[in-house]
Amino acid sequence: MVPLSYYLVLSGILFACGVLGFLIKRNIITIFMSIELMLNGVNLSFVAFAAHWHALSGQVFVFFVMVVAAAEAAVGLAIIIAVYRTRETLNVDQVNLLKL
Amino acid sequence: MTPTLNPLLWMIPILPLAGAVINGFFGRNASRKAISTVALVFCGAAFAVALWIALHFSAPSSPYYFPLAHWIRSGTFSVDFEFYLDQLSLVMLLVVTGVGFLIHIYSVGYMWDDDGYYRFMSYLNLFMFFMLTLVLAKNYLVMFIGWEGVGLASYLLIGFWFTKDSAASAGKKAFIVNRIGDFGFLIALFLMIKHFGSLDFAGVFTAVRTLPTETGGAGLLTAIGLLLMVGAAGKSAQIPLYVWLPDAMEGPTPVSALIHAATMVTAGVYMVARSSVIFEHAPMAMTVVAIIGTLTALFAATIGIAQTDIKKVLAYSTVSQLGYMFMACGVGAFSAGIFHLMTHAFFKGLLFLAAGSVIHGVGGEQDMRKMGGLRLYMPWTFATMGIATLAIAGIPPLAGFWSKDEILWRAFGASWVYWLSGVITAFITSFYMFRLMYMTFGGDDYRGAAAQEARGHGAHGDGHGEPHESPWVMLGPLVVLALLSVLGGFVGYGNRFETFLAPVFQAATAIAQESPPESASSTLEYLLMGVSVTVAALGWLLAYLLYSRVPQLPARIAAGLGGLYRAVVNKYYIDELYAVLFVKPLIDGSTTILWHGVDQGVIDAAVNDSADAARHLSDQVRHMQSGNLRSYAGWVAAGGAVVIAYMVWMGVR
Repeated sequence: MVPLSYYLVLSGILFACGVLGFLIKRNIITIFMSIELMLNGVNLSFVAFAAHWHALSGQVFVFFVMVVAAAEAAVGLAIIIAVYRTRETLNVDQVNLLKL
Repeated sequence: MTPTLNPLLWMIPILPLAGAVINGFFGRNASRKAISTVALVFCGAAFAVALWIALHFSAPSSPYYFPLAHWIRSGTFSVDFEFYLDQLSLVMLLVVTGVGFLIHIYSVGYMWDDDGYYRFMSYLNLFMFFMLTLVLAKNYLVMFIGWEGVGLASYLLIGFWFTKDSAASAGKKAFIVNRIGDFGFLIALFLMIKHFGSLDFAGVFTAVRTLPTETGGAGLLTAIGLLLMVGAAGKSAQIPLYVWLPDAMEGPTPVSALIHAATMVTAGVYMVARSSVIFEHAPMAMTVVAIIGTLTALFAATIGIAQTDIKKVLAYSTVSQLGYMFMACGVGAFSAGIFHLMTHAFFKGLLFLAAGSVIHGVGGEQDMRKMGGLRLYMPWTFATMGIATLAIAGIPPLAGFWSKDEILWRAFGASWVYWLSGVITAFITSFYMFRLMYMTFGGDDYRGAAAQEARGHGAHGDGHGEPHESPWVMLGPLVVLALLSVLGGFVGYGNRFETFLAPVFQAATAIAQESPPESASSTLEYLLMGVSVTVAALGWLLAYLLYSRVPQLPARIAAGLGGLYRAVVNKYYIDELYAVLFVKPLIDGSTTILWHGVDQGVIDAAVNDSADAARHLSDQVRHMQSGNLRSYAGWVAAGGAVVIAYMVWMGVR
């Protein structure tokens, strides 16, 4: 039996990787993947707790997150394509028109 | 004394208002004929209604009233738009509509060539509306509406030629000085509301009659009386608030005649007479009224001696005659004051209109030194103005003699000091009026033409070389007023006028009859009459000697008097004194404390500084908005980290 803390630590590491990637990377697609990584890091902690407490609601919640993430991926990728078509770049540092 | 309902009453003020509205809104593009028709018809209709009512005013003891609309209802306190007509308001009504109508006719001729003709006629009608509201009011608040309204009309008409700087500032001066008086009037109204719970004439007077006469010291009624007098002094140009009236001569001459001689300025006298019950119960206030009236009469008359502007002489004469009326009210002879008000409206209106005719005839010149010999050019004006001069000087049997003599007789009953001042004033009045006549009409040569050619242009720029008589539309009113100036005095023959007004002044006459001279022999009365007539004749004689026989003499006398003469010419430097005492401190204080200190230093500074602070702060913060997505993400992450750290810390604790 793997203790709960192992899962939580892994979940934290995954989340931290996501945050780091989000902040450091310049390519929009990479940033997008970092977001997915964060979501899945959280998902891991959900299922870990659900297994630990024998509560199904945590697992149900994970399905919700997955559905939302899928929808988000669809919308996000569409936005990325639109951005690429107009800006001809995927570098977020050059997508900076929205400022004072 | 129960008033009877009279549904005609409300029409009298409303008719001129309708004329004012029609001319004011639609007159700009209308023809002059149409404007004149509207103005004259509506004003004349008011006069006709007034005459109709006067003819049917049979029962002397029962006044008319007409409630037009509710106005203020607050608990037990109520003020309504109600009109009221008794003997006193009837006299005022006829004077205002009658003289006003004549001056409307005159104005058609006088103002015909002016660009603002429709404006002028509209203002005149507006003035009639407010004056009639004042006269017909049933309570002090409606009276106050009229009171303020005539002030407004006066302001508009004094500043009628508003492109002229002096006219605009004269209008402002009149308005501001009147505001000072109105302040006193308003406080008096507040006192009445607080202590009597009513502003209705009947209500207030009933309450006052239950109070004891304040013989011992000053009390509530004295305070109310004095405050009312402050208001009256402002409107009727008494010391110390008379300074606006001479400046008001900047307005067109018909305005001077209508507003600043015949009607509006008498509103103060009317108000004091209307409040006679209050004054009867406050002897100290009465004394103040009498003293102010006497001083003003004498003081203004002396200034009138040395003025060279024909209208300024008449202006100071008006102030002086108003002083007479207040003197009469102050000694309890209210009906004598109103009598003089009426006759004065006739002859002073006539004097001003005749002066306007002269000014019209010589092309806008007002300086009497540039006139002379005009009787040859304008005989009708000369004749009518001569009648008015005889009337104001108090030569029997013209109107001024009857009313002035009545006042002097009653003043003698109160104190010989009033009488003596009155007689001296009568002498001076006679002198400066005949001086005016000799300077304007006397002599054989017209001094204006040469002077005008020397200046190289006519005052109107339309080739006014030769003085000419005015058109008949202007002379007609002069003749009618001249007739009234001759015959108006006989109304008072055998105390008929006083008997007519008696129901209004019951209290006043009761007290006056207690005073000893009333019962004294009529020999004394004839003696005093003889003195005042002699004095008037002496004034005429002196003016004849100085300004007709030996024209060099006045200049030499003036030189001999030196400083005194200069003081009189400069109106005793009262305007300058007020400027130093009140105007300058007020302007300086407003500039340094209120403008630079409070307005710029506190209010503007607070607004501007807070705006500056917000701008500086946002200038700093706006750099966060870089447009760089990753920096936004960084902020979000940092925020999240702070939240987590906070919750962890809370959990640990």
